Amino acid sequence: MSAYRDEDPRIQGIKTKIRVVPNFPKPGIEARGFIFGPPIALAIGAKFVPLRKPRKLPGEVISEEYILEYGRDCLEMHVGAVEPGERALVVDDLIATGGTLCAAMNLLERVGAEVVECACLIELPGLQGRGRLNGKPLYVLVEYQ
Amino acid sequence: MFAAENGLKGDPRLQAISQAIRVVPHFPKPGIMFQDITTLLLDHKAFKDTVDIFVDRYRDMGISVVAGVEARGFMFGPSIALAIGAKFVPLRKPRKLPGEVIAEAYVLEYGTDCLEMHVGAVQPGERALVIDDLVATGGTLSAAIRLLERVGAEVIECACVIGLPEVKVYGFDSAWADLWKR
Repeated sequence: MSAYRDEDPRIQGIKTKIRVVPNFPKPGIEARGFIFGPPIALAIGAKFVPLRKPRKLPGEVISEEYILEYGRDCLEMHVGAVEPGERALVVDDLIATGGTLCAAMNLLERVGAEVVECACLIELPGLQGRGRLNGKPLYVLVEYQ
Repeated sequence: MFAAENGLKGDPRLQAISQAIRVVPHFPKPGIMFQDITTLLLDHKAFKDTVDIFVDRYRDMGISVVAGVEARGFMFGPSIALAIGAKFVPLRKPRKLPGEVIAEAYVLEYGTDCLEMHVGAVQPGERALVIDDLVATGGTLSAAIRLLERVGAEVIECACVIGLPEVKVYGFDSAWADLWKR
């Protein structure tokens, strides 16, 4: 589901503010989810849980490995941050292949949370990430073909 | 300057914020008592109070830029920016920002590191706030200030959730931290 299709008048203003930078590699996107997630959490009364690259979170963590185009990477979450039965939203700036979001969902489900939806500002539909989310709904604001 | 000494002495929110932060010993290496703000982010009221205290302080200062230091500065900066009507500018480690950047090196205990900002994100004459989760030696914040001043902005203040008073901060006049005695 895409807000863009619902023709929310705010979407055009948002879309014109995103620039495309050609040929820039995307080494890791842990930090950009931190820009959008906390304001959403604060506004809806939820806690914010950062999902991070290895060795960034202090204390006990659980890890989930995922496949990249060349090689693998890993996402970590604090043990005890999320309780069984909690309803969770995963937020990132962009979904491409869906590998990172899939790892994020797995982390949450492993501790017994229910992932209600994944939310991204941008979708690259050509990379078919939407289909990698095990049937979980995806909500995006803008698409880039 | 610490919030408890500047108008917020006895504010009950400060104690709850302080208690929501956990200390993780020997991270990332032996001897370091790491101040972990992720537990604060799990406590909605304390997290909201943290942001509200900063917003109350900065909303009438004509600040148009909130610059957040990667990555934990990103967890506080955008909410403050949204509430005070400012833009948010991420200050990042090298090679994370696409497009044209300016870079500022700073000194670590062993070696140097580098902070980058997008060219054109901040205009000359803008009034800026720098935000990070914690100030220790002030090296990172000093680099952030230099980046903003190089493009002609005026850094009004640096804001941090945690200040470590036993660590001497060099060359650093204006830092405002929520907490005392961590």
